[in-house]
Amino acid sequence: MTITMRAGGEADELLRKVETLSGQNLAGCYQCGTCAASCPLRGSMDLGPDAIIRHLRFGLPDVLDRQSFWVCVGCDGCVERCPRDIDIARIMGALRQISIQENGDHLVVAQLPAAALRKLPPIALVASMRRNTG
Amino acid sequence: MQIAYYPGCTMKASARQHEDAALAVLGALGVELREMDEWNCCGVVHSLTSDNLIRHMAPVRVFARLREQGADEVATLCDMCFNTLGRANLLAQRHPEQIAAISATSGDDLSYDGGADVLHLLQVLRDRVGFAKIRARVRRPLRGLSVYPYYGCKLLRPAEVGIDDPETPAVLRDLMLALGATVVEGSLQTQCCGAYHVVNRDEVVTQRVSATTEQARAGGAEAIVLSCPLCHYNFDALQPQSGAQMPIFYYTQLMGIAFGLDPDQLGLEEQQIALLPLLERHNLVHAPTPGD
Amino acid sequence: MTMTEQAPMISMELMGKHYSVPSGLTIMAAIEYAGYKLVRGAGCRGGFCGACPTLYRRDDSHRIFTALACQTLVEDGMCLVQMPFVPLMTKPYELQTITPQPNTLLQHFPEIAGCVACNTCTRSCPQGLHVMDYIQAALRGDVERAAMLSFDCISCGICSSRCPADIKHYAVGLLARRIYGKFGTPLAPDLSARVAELVAGHYQGALDELVAMSPAELRARYEQRSFEAVADGGETHSATKSYNSPVDPVDFQDEIEV
Repeated sequence: MTITMRAGGEADELLRKVETLSGQNLAGCYQCGTCAASCPLRGSMDLGPDAIIRHLRFGLPDVLDRQSFWVCVGCDGCVERCPRDIDIARIMGALRQISIQENGDHLVVAQLPAAALRKLPPIALVASMRRNTG
Repeated sequence: MQIAYYPGCTMKASARQHEDAALAVLGALGVELREMDEWNCCGVVHSLTSDNLIRHMAPVRVFARLREQGADEVATLCDMCFNTLGRANLLAQRHPEQIAAISATSGDDLSYDGGADVLHLLQVLRDRVGFAKIRARVRRPLRGLSVYPYYGCKLLRPAEVGIDDPETPAVLRDLMLALGATVVEGSLQTQCCGAYHVVNRDEVVTQRVSATTEQARAGGAEAIVLSCPLCHYNFDALQPQSGAQMPIFYYTQLMGIAFGLDPDQLGLEEQQIALLPLLERHNLVHAPTPGD
Repeated sequence: MTMTEQAPMISMELMGKHYSVPSGLTIMAAIEYAGYKLVRGAGCRGGFCGACPTLYRRDDSHRIFTALACQTLVEDGMCLVQMPFVPLMTKPYELQTITPQPNTLLQHFPEIAGCVACNTCTRSCPQGLHVMDYIQAALRGDVERAAMLSFDCISCGICSSRCPADIKHYAVGLLARRIYGKFGTPLAPDLSARVAELVAGHYQGALDELVAMSPAELRARYEQRSFEAVADGGETHSATKSYNSPVDPVDFQDEIEV
């Protein structure tokens, strides 16, 4: 398998979009892994936050097919600890927004099981819709 | 002391016991929360992308309505509301042009300059009332009750809106010590509970809740005390059914117990995991003390 | 101006075509004057039924405005379209089996969790209702407030057509009012007595008499009808007198000399 990596030159379109939407400079990341080590939900991600940044920087394929940015709830644990002051939660937010714009909502709230809808408080549904739907 | 009050939706739904207990406790401390005449959901989470301004509209509208109602400071019990309102307030202060853009899409009916403040009830208790006064109001110290304060995320992070040190917070510990309880601490106190994943990815929440309750139990805690209604829902509803389940208190409920208030005011029977057996074991609930 | 004078003509654009119509007409009458026969999108012609929502623009604003065609006068330069129906599906519910909980409305209409408080619904409501506020009340389980704020909803659906969160406002309000009516309001003490009288056939003679009447006799009887006195001794209440003025349009031919 051949993977093409970009170093310099024309910025990758996805990287450019993520940087614009998140307001973060991904080149600032020096891959220390503090974010991944701090993340309480890392175990449910298919790519750690540091690796997401690396994949975006290298223009590696299929970043939008990953689950990591849906798993991230924006608890800001990594943001608080990042030695490079990168707001990783905003990067994840940008990926969610791009994915929703390209592929549609990640959650169809009307299709949730009736038993769940009977119980769930507004705080959970509102937050989930804000993060998972456009 | 009177403060305008923004309840947030969940205080009127699954967290009514927190609001009931808070109002009872504040009454005992001489603090009156005046609920805003008209308010809307804040949106629960802060919009994280630069172009998604419509999702700042809800919290900005809460502040605009607060101002219309003649107040420039509002208290809330909900960690999510507190965080979302606080971050929207920073946006209004730093980017008035974005507020103008939001207003333009809303028929120019929104006007807000970032000049109001949002306070979490824990800030009111710590910084306005003071823990010394709270300690003095205790009639039935929580002696022997061992609790694990759980902060979660939104009370602490990001630091620019958090109410305490994001790594080593103390506010719940100090409050519990003022009530006479024993405090158990651990590394998971400030870690996320999985939040809204309870909607459609609840295995994430179950895993976080199990890890945290196990840490609390290993440290000798008999109960978890927390503030956030989403954390409360997750910890109360998603603890493993097998084995002992750890009771989950709002800090206001424990304040009410320690103040000797009528347990009927504290919504002690409104959680899935029973609170009363533990309180009875420590002789903390019986008839209200005369004079209270 | 009296109806016998020729009204000045104004220009309107209906579904992309220009028409010259007399000023002073309602939008509905203007559409009919322009030659359309309304088989949908027209109902009571009195502002009650909600069948005639209209979207229009004016040249002095970038905004889309909303109106009921039977209640709004056509203006020069209006560009408009009738929107007789807004698609609506709700999961069936059985009021008899509902036990009201704080999240009952949210459970039936989870999409209200998507409200961004943009207030577009409120701004679009031809009844001037605080639509966003009743959706917000519904979200936090305040059934009474949702019922009260939505009480005058006529289900025209304009709010739902304009909502960025695709909320079905009028269906939410309807369920709120049904729940409030069943669980929140006291039973009317006179009602069961009257129903018992009806069931016992107490009014059968009077009803038979009405059924046998000619239209002219019925009309005369209608004009002579009396109303219960209001408690404070003020004017007797008449729903029709308050809302249906004699000049209300019934048909465009009633408004103009053709």
